[in-house]
Amino acid sequence: MNRISKIFFAIAAFLLSLPAWAQQRFPKPEFETGYVQPATSQAPPRGLFLEYLDVFMLVAVLVVATWFVVKKRSRRGVLWTTVFAVLYFGFFRQGCICSIGAIQNVTLALFDPTYVLPFTALLFFVIPLVVTLFYGRTFCAAVCPLGAIQDLVAFRPIELPRWLQKVLGIIPYLYLALAVLYAATSSEFLICRYDPFVGIFRFDAEFQMLLLGGLFLLVGIFVARPYCRFFCPYGVLLGWMSTFSKKHMTITPSNCIQCKLCANSCPFGAIEEPVEEQGNRRSNVQRLMTYLFFIPLWIGIGGLAGSMMHVPLAKFNSTVYLAEQLVEHPELKQDQEHIDARAFMQSGKSMDQLVAEAKEIRSQFYWGGWIVGGFLGLVIGLTLLKLSSHRNRYDYEPDKTNCLSCGRCMDYCPVKN
Amino acid sequence: MSDKKEHKQASRREFIQTGMRWTLGVSLAGVATAAALKVSADDYVWQLDPFKCVYCGRCADYCVMTPSAVKCVHAYDLCGYCDLCGGYLKPDANALSTAAENQLCPTSAIRRKFVEDPYFEYEIDEELCFGCAKCVEGCSSFGNGSLHLQVRHDLCVNCNECSIARVCPADAFERVPASNPYKIKGDFSVGTDESNPA
Repeated sequence: MNRISKIFFAIAAFLLSLPAWAQQRFPKPEFETGYVQPATSQAPPRGLFLEYLDVFMLVAVLVVATWFVVKKRSRRGVLWTTVFAVLYFGFFRQGCICSIGAIQNVTLALFDPTYVLPFTALLFFVIPLVVTLFYGRTFCAAVCPLGAIQDLVAFRPIELPRWLQKVLGIIPYLYLALAVLYAATSSEFLICRYDPFVGIFRFDAEFQMLLLGGLFLLVGIFVARPYCRFFCPYGVLLGWMSTFSKKHMTITPSNCIQCKLCANSCPFGAIEEPVEEQGNRRSNVQRLMTYLFFIPLWIGIGGLAGSMMHVPLAKFNSTVYLAEQLVEHPELKQDQEHIDARAFMQSGKSMDQLVAEAKEIRSQFYWGGWIVGGFLGLVIGLTLLKLSSHRNRYDYEPDKTNCLSCGRCMDYCPVKN
Repeated sequence: MSDKKEHKQASRREFIQTGMRWTLGVSLAGVATAAALKVSADDYVWQLDPFKCVYCGRCADYCVMTPSAVKCVHAYDLCGYCDLCGGYLKPDANALSTAAENQLCPTSAIRRKFVEDPYFEYEIDEELCFGCAKCVEGCSSFGNGSLHLQVRHDLCVNCNECSIARVCPADAFERVPASNPYKIKGDFSVGTDESNPA
């Protein structure tokens, strides 16, 4: 018995050691009955033409939405465009690819030399930003499916206190910075992973994803568009564009009669009331200068904090995480149940290589941490600066940064021409 | 005097607005141009390299679709048509019969058809397959490796980041041009010679 098994193993080892000669262990038989071998089916992916049709639809819906907001001043038109966007970009196209996620594709294209960027993704990223630079955030108003589905459930919006809005308004900057950091280090696409509505659009997702989506919609009944205002990283970019947009929508078509009707109509707290500059002008300017002076300090503190966070931040990179685990618990290398460790041992890569790779990624996170933290410091500094600056305002005006151009205020405005 | 001041303030504001608008426009154009250097007109889809696959079974669990869009496919060219199939039968099967307790596939998605003595054809019922890769492991360990996993593009919704790719321990997932979306073994090979077409 022993001898037989030895012979068997010898033959097996011989066969396995000659892959060039014995390419297949069991060569395909020569059939005698005229057997016809079936072909392996290869269902094609969605046609390229359809992908460009999506870009066309994006442009078309953007044009329609912009026309309704800026030219026609029709809330009803915007609403129906919103419904269409949910149906088409949401339920029909199932949410991928979207402009929010395209941030990461563009980032990866800038940082990863091997990454090929589909042209459609670039267009999805650029087109809404360009339109916003001219006409304000009409993309948010009625084109983005994530915004649209939330807009449709905002039945009983309550007004959040201003300070809370300002504090929560910092989150999108953090989210954007982290999403760019994780995309730039080729770790993962954070925005797509935590997209709350894609599961709802597909009627299918992990439980947590559906839970998150349901939660956002539930909160969205009372706090209008919570994702757009307090999470959306693309909204940050759109906000910058919109702040300096050429032809943003106005609440009144001509002269404001200060009736205050619009102030109550905005569910997003994005209407600024008339204010007069208070206090001594000179001391106001001095206070502004002080805040301006503190901005570099904020950047420094933020950067330092960000760089100190680089070890926990890098944990979300799978290579770093695996390296950490294997260094701390070397016994895992033999653990057959640990899939990642087993795959690593099978790959034939040495531990030194893995650790060197992980160190490289960690150092990327170190510098990334400085940039992310510094950016957040700058945002906090500028937010404080903006809070302390007073500008005389005589009429009710949309806050161009945060106004989503939904057009509710236009509907409430009694001035019609 | 006050009018003049107002006017001066307004025109300064206008100047800042226009300046910032141009700055933003130029930065956006810069980013877009830099990204455009990497652009491809083709669309990209997810596919897995069967030669990198380690049959861990995560394709079954991590796909956003239920059941997974990853299915086992059969490269008939590479199959030995064996009676004793490592992908079809459990290694410790009681008998070499088609009885359910002897089959490796948890959903009986592999159909076995007699061709001629002693050869059998193995076909995947993709309706039943959920990409667990048990048969792939069996076929690769004890056979030719003709059974392997592929992303099925009629089922895949082409997420921007594939949720399986994120957890694949072998980094087998990659983006491939939509014009050439499959890596069926035999048609495509790494490190081995092209198989002889029958």
